[in-house]
Amino acid sequence: MERIKKAFEEKSEGILSIFITAGYPNLNDTIEVLKELEANGVDMIELGIPFSDPMADGPIIQKASEVAIDNGMTLKLLFEQLKDLRQHVSIPVLLMGYLNPVMQYGYEEFCQSCQEVGIDGIILPDLPLYEYEEEYKELFESHGLANVFLVTPETSSERIQKLDGLSNGFLYLVSSSSTTGKKDGIDGTAEYFQRVQNMTLKSPTLIGFNIKDSKSYQVACKYSKGAIIGSAFIKALNGSENIKESVNNFIKIIR
Amino acid sequence: MSYNVDKKGYYGQFGGAYIPEMLYPNVEELRKSYLEISEDSEFKKEFDYLLKHYVGRPSPLYFAKRLSEKYGAKIYLKREDLNHTGAHKINNTIGQILLAQRLGKKRIIAETGAGQHGVATATVCALMGMECIVYMGAVDIERQQPNVKRMQMLGAKVVAAESGSKTLKDATNEAIRDWINNPTDTHYIIGSVVGPHPYPDMVARFQSVISEEIKWQLMEHEGRDYPDKVIACVGGGSNAAGAFYHFLDNENVELIAAEPAGLGINSGKTAATTKKGKPGVLHAAKTLLMQTEDGQVVEPYSISAGLDYPGIGPMHAHLFDSGRGNFEYVTDEDALKACFEVSKLEGIIPALETAHAFAVLKNLELKKEDVVVINLSGRGDKDLGTLMKYI
Ligand SMILES: Cc1ncc(COP(=O)(O)O)c(C=O)c1O
Repeated sequence: MERIKKAFEEKSEGILSIFITAGYPNLNDTIEVLKELEANGVDMIELGIPFSDPMADGPIIQKASEVAIDNGMTLKLLFEQLKDLRQHVSIPVLLMGYLNPVMQYGYEEFCQSCQEVGIDGIILPDLPLYEYEEEYKELFESHGLANVFLVTPETSSERIQKLDGLSNGFLYLVSSSSTTGKKDGIDGTAEYFQRVQNMTLKSPTLIGFNIKDSKSYQVACKYSKGAIIGSAFIKALNGSENIKESVNNFIKIIR
Repeated sequence: MSYNVDKKGYYGQFGGAYIPEMLYPNVEELRKSYLEISEDSEFKKEFDYLLKHYVGRPSPLYFAKRLSEKYGAKIYLKREDLNHTGAHKINNTIGQILLAQRLGKKRIIAETGAGQHGVATATVCALMGMECIVYMGAVDIERQQPNVKRMQMLGAKVVAAESGSKTLKDATNEAIRDWINNPTDTHYIIGSVVGPHPYPDMVARFQSVISEEIKWQLMEHEGRDYPDKVIACVGGGSNAAGAFYHFLDNENVELIAAEPAGLGINSGKTAATTKKGKPGVLHAAKTLLMQTEDGQVVEPYSISAGLDYPGIGPMHAHLFDSGRGNFEYVTDEDALKACFEVSKLEGIIPALETAHAFAVLKNLELKKEDVVVINLSGRGDKDLGTLMKYI
């Protein structure tokens, strides 16, 4: 939680956050990818926990998830890989995934493992708000974990206020009503970004979904503190023989 | 203990709405309106009218003389196979299409395994002149060609789900993704008592006409309005939910659910969810789910495409958990045997799904005066391709 706060304090605009599926492209690439992202000036990382049935994801992240599972990635193994995370990486790292693997790992054990390896926040899109409030808010917070809520163009202003009130990291503005990597760019939803920007919110916002190049990154930065990129980055790593070079090339395209 | 849904959308510990924010407005709209709309007298009038004149309800409750003789009990068959399109699925799609109209939706999506729910959805879309897209696993498209062609004749677009194992579970994922991408004009007609609240309850209510009819039909036959046992097969569990609904709180009635054991419970090729599953979250509901230790969903297997699902509706997970339901496990082989037996003894070829319910009879200790109702959820014509190999 603290690293996330600090990141937003130190940088008031142009934050770049990258999503990458753990154990992709190869099982043991996880830490190397994170290191290279930090080395290339990325401000924050969302590390995806692979799941067999990623219902909110488009084909690119579906495929990455499938490859990671076939590679042998599990949540248990991921925490082993992250054992020395904080010796290599100092930017905030969040875990993002679907509820079921976390449920099977055990919520308490999960929070404990997160705290032990130095994870800063959690994004579980299918964890219902009521359940978070009633059962897990205290648990997450007592382990120093920020819980990040998603907001979409269809989310009412009243609900955005409520999510903002409960948020202790940032609000994740989903750029359009879509699965990940579905649409071409994020034009066309400026009105929605503007509406949220005009609200008085205590939490910073980042825009994600369908950001894939410098232009869409700039648009996101105009309306929020920065951008989250997932599918486009995963596509860039697909078939990569040299992680260092692939990461470097990709970030250069973005900014 | 209550066996029906509670105010928060749970059956005991199961149910709920584990949806990403992208689906929240849609599901919330349904949650707020489904009871009000479906209890409205105009809605009920239209629903009842279509069930009577279009579907052909009430479906007969038929006393199966030769089966009764063979098993030593009074066995009645609830003939959902005689419904238009040949299965119980249409009770639900009629209800949901009327609801979708009242919500002002223009576009209908659905998932299907065997194609029965897809056909039932395509049928009501043709009836109402609405656009219809049906997601079906690429593997199921191959093995259920006649139903694919039926859907196309009815004007539906059949889209192959190419992700994952390319079966029912993946078709459901694709339908959910479609809904995320089309949040305002589209209604998703889920085909069973699965998915986020309010779907399990909504589908159970539309299917509850089955047990509503059984009550007065038994009164005519037997002079009492409940049986000693009701048997139904369970894929997601909609025909079972409909057959159990009005007996849930009547402890005189034994509720028997037939689950597909596939090649055997411990064969690794099974869909016996209550035996092999643990609590988990799939398709936005907390329920019993076949999964690995790491929480990855395991591929189910059953000879019957309509039962080939790694989860089970939350109502049934609770019936299992609480002990209210008696769950029986039926292998492919026993289902096939039952399918041939019913065909020869009663002149009725049941669907392979339904055959699982019949196969339970031989495991039960029955008394002559026991009144047993088997929900004959669908007819077997669609399975001839599979059955042909065994004739
Ligand atoms: C005839 C028939 N019975 C049963 C089922 C299983 O579904 P459910 O468990 O929802 O009744 C199907 C599904 O395709 C079916 O076609």
